Amino acid sequence: MTRYLLRRLAFLVVSLFLASVVLFLLLRLLPGDPANALLSVGATPEQIAAARHQIGTDRPLVEQFLPWLGDLVTFSFGTSFVSSLPVGPEIASRLAVTVPLTLLAFVLALVIAVPVGFVAAWRSRTWYGTLLSGVSQLGIAVPAFWIGILLVTVFALQWRVFPAGGFPSSDWAVPSEALRSLTLPVVTIALVMSASLIRYVRSATLDVLGSDYLRTARSLGSSFFGAVWRHGVRNGSVPVVSILGIELATTFLGAVVVESVFALPGLGSMLTKGIAQHDYPVIQGVLFVSTLGVLVVGLLADLAQRLIDPRLRAGAVS
Amino acid sequence: MKRKVIVGGILTAVLALAACGGGGGDGGSGTGDASAQIQVGSLYEPSNLDNTNGGGQGVTEAFNGNVYEGLFKLTDDGKVEPLLATRYVVSPDGLTYTVTLRDGVKFHSGKSLTSADVKYSIEKVTAEKSQSARKSSFEVIKSIATPDAKTVVVTLSSKSISFVYNLSYIWVINSDAKNLDTSEDGTGPYKLTAWKRGSTLTLAKFDGYWGDAPKNSGVVFHYFTEATALNNALLTNQVDVVTSEQSPDALKQFDNADYKISNGKSTTKLLLAFNDKVAPFNKVEVRKAVTSAIDNKKLLSSIWGEYGTLIGSMVPPTDPWYEDLTKANPYDPALAKRELAAAGLPNGFSFTLDTPNYDPHPTAATFIKSELAKVGITVKINVITADEWYTKVYKNHDFVATMQEHVNDRDVVWYGDPTFYWGYDNPQVTAWVKQAEQSSTTDEQTALLKKVNAQIAADAASDWLYLYPQIVVASSKLSGYPVNGLNSQFYAYGITKS
Repeated sequence: MTRYLLRRLAFLVVSLFLASVVLFLLLRLLPGDPANALLSVGATPEQIAAARHQIGTDRPLVEQFLPWLGDLVTFSFGTSFVSSLPVGPEIASRLAVTVPLTLLAFVLALVIAVPVGFVAAWRSRTWYGTLLSGVSQLGIAVPAFWIGILLVTVFALQWRVFPAGGFPSSDWAVPSEALRSLTLPVVTIALVMSASLIRYVRSATLDVLGSDYLRTARSLGSSFFGAVWRHGVRNGSVPVVSILGIELATTFLGAVVVESVFALPGLGSMLTKGIAQHDYPVIQGVLFVSTLGVLVVGLLADLAQRLIDPRLRAGAVS
Repeated sequence: MKRKVIVGGILTAVLALAACGGGGGDGGSGTGDASAQIQVGSLYEPSNLDNTNGGGQGVTEAFNGNVYEGLFKLTDDGKVEPLLATRYVVSPDGLTYTVTLRDGVKFHSGKSLTSADVKYSIEKVTAEKSQSARKSSFEVIKSIATPDAKTVVVTLSSKSISFVYNLSYIWVINSDAKNLDTSEDGTGPYKLTAWKRGSTLTLAKFDGYWGDAPKNSGVVFHYFTEATALNNALLTNQVDVVTSEQSPDALKQFDNADYKISNGKSTTKLLLAFNDKVAPFNKVEVRKAVTSAIDNKKLLSSIWGEYGTLIGSMVPPTDPWYEDLTKANPYDPALAKRELAAAGLPNGFSFTLDTPNYDPHPTAATFIKSELAKVGITVKINVITADEWYTKVYKNHDFVATMQEHVNDRDVVWYGDPTFYWGYDNPQVTAWVKQAEQSSTTDEQTALLKKVNAQIAADAASDWLYLYPQIVVASSKLSGYPVNGLNSQFYAYGITKS
């Protein structure tokens, strides 16, 4: 297990390095000049040259890349072209919105999806089993922003029980206020996320229910739920956990839409603004942190699978 | 967010300038609660807090007149008034301005204002690394002297009637101040208390203010990236006022007693700009034909409903030299056909219209295409990004016709520059523009620029499709807010909430 872990960590570092190269190069291949975005339309060629020099985009690629790599190692992420402010602290402050948003949505999605998916499988031939899987199918087709707008219309504009958007300027100083602001966005993401999760849980459960080992366990005298609990949950959760990892990562990246619907100062809105302004350090920084997040989640999902299923551990050792 | 062209600095943020206005909103009786904090909703978050470092229109909206003050101030209806200056004297040759500063002015840090601060502030705008859109207007400055703490003497290299007006854009900043990207040290009625990036910017009343205290205890600017979210915030009382509505469709929900909708004057013009140097637009008749073939009134109402105005030329009503020139090139397809025939193109022609890919350009381009088809002109729409526009059209002049928003006030003078992207070249207009800047009185300046305006309309130098509206929506409990938002400014000190 330790060797496996070390190998995975090495893989993570290599992936991050490759990601930093790709991010860096891709941005510079895109059309458009960040110096133009900094200046007003009347700028003279000299002013544009001066702006390029100031932000360093007139230097050879290697000389731009190495400082960026240095910034990555220290997590400072350099200085924004547009604001001349360090990118790192802003990413940290945005994460204080995006991470709780993603995690709360993830937990809520699990709370919804696991029982619903189980019932949909266990009672697949009843009308409500069919209804549950039908609704989840529908949920996959519905875009997040639409659910968001619907929730805002009902709970913010009509009933006035939650704010329509925004985040307290004091951040988490008053946690209840912050949570109130996050409620509708969390529900939005959780609903979208649970729709696809329900389908995975359902199909994993169907596999388990139709399995030989469950029938064997029952024939040896286990009750239905006892057998499901002792053998089914463990077997069924292996595929679900790997999907969970992917879902969590997708949600983290997809928060941008929801953040914009709810005017949340998260990582997503930072990224959109950075892109609009050609602010390379901001775009690179946000995407790098996102990549890191996705890789770490993937690693955790793998580890969780190994803890659940000893066969995977055995495979790794051999 | 909308991208605008500032031509004074030129094309930067077209909206920035367009939003000129005057303060004053609707009244501002004194019945409000002086302890109320005003919640303002806006789409324009500053990228930093220094307007010489590319802070954008958002920093002007939040800070101009509120946190920082100039020697002179531009009122919401476009007049220039003394602010930190009490008076100024111009030498007989028009080259030396001697400005006397107001007594008792303190910066937020406590230091008293001196002429050294004024010199520092002007030089900050004209410095080599300054990214101020106003930089080019101050190229006439030869030297700045500070004979005593209350006097600033500016010497110009040539006469500049706009100099005092231009000074209204310069914020007076404490020369000792540090980190102006994230903090401030101004003399305004408010000081900055917090800036949470991506979310809010908070201003509180400054107790040591030299003038009348604000009619509220402070202002919070709430920033949104999406107009619907901003409108929802107004509907749920999270904000009290929205500084600039960008779509008439959003207004229906505010059409009731709880809200007030004001239709102010903007300075943003939507232009169908021709390349006046290349065929067939090098012919006046062709430009006039295209202008007369497009029903601007119909275009305006399809985009802005009952809002916005037709001006027929480059000058908005808040500029002192405004004149209604909508009759110069009336909508008349029959006339358009006669002009085409006169130009030797009785069967029409076809051209490519470089269209920026953001609203309202694609919609307007489609409309123009169908209008021109009726007189035999075929339009090929070429959608381009803002960057491409800047490089292809603005820098390389590689286009036949394009569309753009020009946001600045007093920007008719660009028609006096034959090297400007649209290539309009009338030596008489160039001379008038130059004389106007050199004139001794504003009456003389006004008369000359009126001639310029009439001449460019007669030459159909561009087709000025329409002038944007400046729509402010506020809770009906609010009064005293600026409705014109001239050049994106938003004076908040007169706002009261009952």
